[in-house]
Amino acid sequence: MTESARQRERANALLLVALRTPESLPGLPPTDWDLLLRVARRTRLLGRLEAQLAVLGALDAVPERAANHLRSARNLVQHRHTLLTWELNRVLWALEGLDVPIVALKGVAYVLADLPAASGRFFADLDLLVPHADIEAVESRLLERGWIKLPISPYDDRYYRVWMHEIPPLRHRERENEIDIHHRILPRTSRFDFDPAPLFERTRPVAGSRARVLGAHDMVLHALVHLLLEGDPQEGLRLRDLVDVADLLRHFGHEPGFWDGLVPRAEQLGLGRPLYYGLRFARRLLALEVPDSVLLAASRWAPPWLVGVLMDRLLPLAILPGHPDHPTRRAALARWLLYARAHWVRMPPWLLVRHLVYKGWLRVRGVPKRVVLGPEELKRM
Amino acid sequence: MTISALGYDLASQRLSSPSGVDLQIGPFVFHLQLDCPDLALLVYELWRDYPLAEGAAVRDFHIQATNNSVPRRWFRPVVRIFVDGRTPFPPLPAHHHLPMLEWGLNWCIAQRSHHLLMLHAAVVERNGRAIILPAWPGHGKSTLCAALIHSDWRLLCDEFGLVRPEDGALLPLPRLIPLKNESIEVIRSFAPSAHIGPSFYGTRKGTIAHVRPPTESVERMHETARPGWFVFPRWVAGSPLRLEPMLKSEAFLMVATNAFNYEVLGQTSFELVGRMVDACDCYSLVYSDLDQAIRALDELTRTADD
Repeated sequence: MTESARQRERANALLLVALRTPESLPGLPPTDWDLLLRVARRTRLLGRLEAQLAVLGALDAVPERAANHLRSARNLVQHRHTLLTWELNRVLWALEGLDVPIVALKGVAYVLADLPAASGRFFADLDLLVPHADIEAVESRLLERGWIKLPISPYDDRYYRVWMHEIPPLRHRERENEIDIHHRILPRTSRFDFDPAPLFERTRPVAGSRARVLGAHDMVLHALVHLLLEGDPQEGLRLRDLVDVADLLRHFGHEPGFWDGLVPRAEQLGLGRPLYYGLRFARRLLALEVPDSVLLAASRWAPPWLVGVLMDRLLPLAILPGHPDHPTRRAALARWLLYARAHWVRMPPWLLVRHLVYKGWLRVRGVPKRVVLGPEELKRM
Repeated sequence: MTISALGYDLASQRLSSPSGVDLQIGPFVFHLQLDCPDLALLVYELWRDYPLAEGAAVRDFHIQATNNSVPRRWFRPVVRIFVDGRTPFPPLPAHHHLPMLEWGLNWCIAQRSHHLLMLHAAVVERNGRAIILPAWPGHGKSTLCAALIHSDWRLLCDEFGLVRPEDGALLPLPRLIPLKNESIEVIRSFAPSAHIGPSFYGTRKGTIAHVRPPTESVERMHETARPGWFVFPRWVAGSPLRLEPMLKSEAFLMVATNAFNYEVLGQTSFELVGRMVDACDCYSLVYSDLDQAIRALDELTRTADD
């Protein structure tokens, strides 16, 4: 084993042990804390680490310098929670009188429903789901009441409206939160796209808000969709999405009938393969316990043998952060391949080619991919 | 043991070795690794008083600076900065290495230190009490700060007013003070003893040169200070000196809206800033002549001591 590979293994093992058995953290040597902080930050799981330790009452047993970073992450996470629940409050105010079901998705939904998945979870924007028929009314009401469209190119606008599952992001003119309004869970062009109507039938109310959240099964399946079908070129897949999946399954697993209904619901929505992968990797990496009957039922969605072998190799390589000082080409390749796979599933080949050619052309023309951070952005982040 | 105590050869060798160097700068430990010989020389000269944090197992920030990119070695060479193996900024021309490193440090601190309240302000201290000089772009905070620390004030920090939520103490972070454009000559003639590094031309902020923090400020960087005065400085060409009391409510708003992370700490920062403004006398200062401004601040703070 090369030095790089050894360091990668060490970093990944530290993070997984921290996620699986936080009670072991107080005994961690300070040099391991140094590395754990770095990999947890990279995967945006620092806030979660803090939340786990807080539950155990073990924050005092952490080296002081490490505890500072955990506190810093907690403050940032709490601030995002406050900002985005307030943004939701304002959106609901703006939509008063409009007879439309409004479903909160992902982070904000976990906060609203007071789920363990919310604790320490960092989230960047507000995601909502409304029926497609009501999108226009919702959008124009928000535009009337202070939200604006972010300036995007006509190509991107068209990309959203024709192919995607959400409209271009909106932002209130006095606040900096992005809101993404979805009318389905997956892009229309996706191979897994399905009619979102059944989702609305099973939404649940939450205490103290007009917004609703997805039913338990659908919430899990949506987290899986996010994990497996929305790639990121640098990260490949996001470990925090897998953590969401495991958290939700652990929590809802105690509800009577949850496990029995999971596989049929995945079948109904055509999300069997993502469920298979989600269960497989949440067990392998995060030690999630899944009833045998569920595993057996989900096993019929296993991919062809060769694809399965490949995914078993690629996914851990891509989803685990590795050592920040020892990046490996293999991990970078795995991340790129999974990103390419997500795109491959996301749109049919002819559309993918068209999209990539256009994006490539933008790059050739020198449209900046990134902007220089000014002090304003610094303050924001 | 400080960087300078290593001697140049050993210091540059350790800075450029793969294992790098751990340095204590104020409350933070930076792990620094430089693949950039010119920068190592400047770090040796301008950061010379920072102690090595030997035996610090947990480091706050891991920073690497390199001008070693193979494709760009001969054609328009660049310097890049990496924080935990990722680069927060696009590269800069290779000869802007020191501004790049300093901005990298700012970025790390501003992004990751939300366990503290971070005011955007210069802070100087005398007899345990500090003047806090909140920053507004172009108002000449850095120039005034550089002048004060060469007039018997101790430098706490030029950019970050770090406030510890537990007790409201101001934490020193004695870093280089970046002077811009005309300010460089102003400080050279005001304080001939100031140690000023080379000028960097054509950065996004114009010409920049850095003032080295006085050795004493670095040696005393673990001594916190209590807030004494808020002074909102503004340099106006040809203006007579005006040092006027300010409404506390106004000072509160200006401090809060100008902090790096006031919102992030929520109620904690509301209470902290409130307590600070209550405890401090608040003034606005308009000046054109540094000597006059320093005299006025001396006067102001001396009367308070009596």
